[in-house]
Amino acid sequence: MKQVLAYTKTAIVLHWGIALLIIVAFPLGVVMHEMAFSPDKLRMMSYHKWIGVTVFLLVLVRIIWRWLHKPAPMTATMPAWQQKAAAATHILMYVLMVAIPLSGWLMSSAKGFQTVYLGVLPLPDLLGKDKALGGQLAELHEALNFTLLALFVLHVAAALKHHLIDRDDTLTRMLPLLNRRKK
Amino acid sequence: MNRMFYALLLLLPLAASAADFSKVQADKSSVTFVSKQMSVPVEGAFKKFSADVHINPAKPEKGSAKVEIDLAGIDAGGEEANDEVKGKAWFDVAAYPKASFVLTSIKAQGGGKYEAAGKLSLKGKTADIHVPCTMKEEKGVLGIDGGFVLKRLDYGIGSGSWGDTSVVADEVQVKFHLVVK
Repeated sequence: MKQVLAYTKTAIVLHWGIALLIIVAFPLGVVMHEMAFSPDKLRMMSYHKWIGVTVFLLVLVRIIWRWLHKPAPMTATMPAWQQKAAAATHILMYVLMVAIPLSGWLMSSAKGFQTVYLGVLPLPDLLGKDKALGGQLAELHEALNFTLLALFVLHVAAALKHHLIDRDDTLTRMLPLLNRRKK
Repeated sequence: MNRMFYALLLLLPLAASAADFSKVQADKSSVTFVSKQMSVPVEGAFKKFSADVHINPAKPEKGSAKVEIDLAGIDAGGEEANDEVKGKAWFDVAAYPKASFVLTSIKAQGGGKYEAAGKLSLKGKTADIHVPCTMKEEKGVLGIDGGFVLKRLDYGIGSGSWGDTSVVADEVQVKFHLVVK
């Protein structure tokens, strides 16, 4: 029997693709920030920016896709407060996934380094070089990232709790492979 | 006859001031460069330099020019980069505090364009370089603009792991703007 998916395949692929990119970009950002100035640091900074731009573009696609393809309602057995908390967490994560690359891009411009996507496509500098502003945007970028990290932990913990303790379909909605294997 | 002599005498300083320029206006002049890091153009500048220029745009071949750059005043685009480029792998400022350019020839090519050549000394190496430039006289002030592509590795600038030109390109575009009275 063909499974009826709560999310479209496109939405599922976007979810996991974006998750993977963020899971790579985050530690890359932390490590490169601590590194001494070197060719490796410059390389890593570029890779980090390229991943960030990619996440930004994919998140926009994902938001538009979600708007056009509404997912099925959450598991009915979930209490209303949990459904509200989950929805709020999701919205906040979308906001952060847009705001974080934007803050990084602006920070880069303010620090006097243009972002050249994949080393080929120069993105416009919306801000001129401004050392103080660059420092403030760096702090904003960091704060937004650690907020996303906290939400990510909550998101993963909740998904595991639903799967392992509540034994409902919350996780398998987004990971149908797991469902098939179980049956 | 007498009147004409005095008339010519009056014109003489005027003619001289319109022809010879030798007082470099340091605050209005600049030596800048653009390096490419991971394909990203990054602007920099040599903030401390002195220029000794004597030039008559109409008879440029009789002119002379010497520009001396105090490399400790480099701005490579960021604090981390500024500290790094003063080190041994880059300019090695402790051993080679200065870079210089001495004009050896300059020819007018018409339309305010000139082809200059000279000796560039950098990090213990001296090489002949060609520097196309323009000169424009306005209100008794001469503006000289020019530039050349510096191949940093020819001078051992950025050696070791920095020699990887896929990270920092070999070609660095150097530009200068001199305002001379």
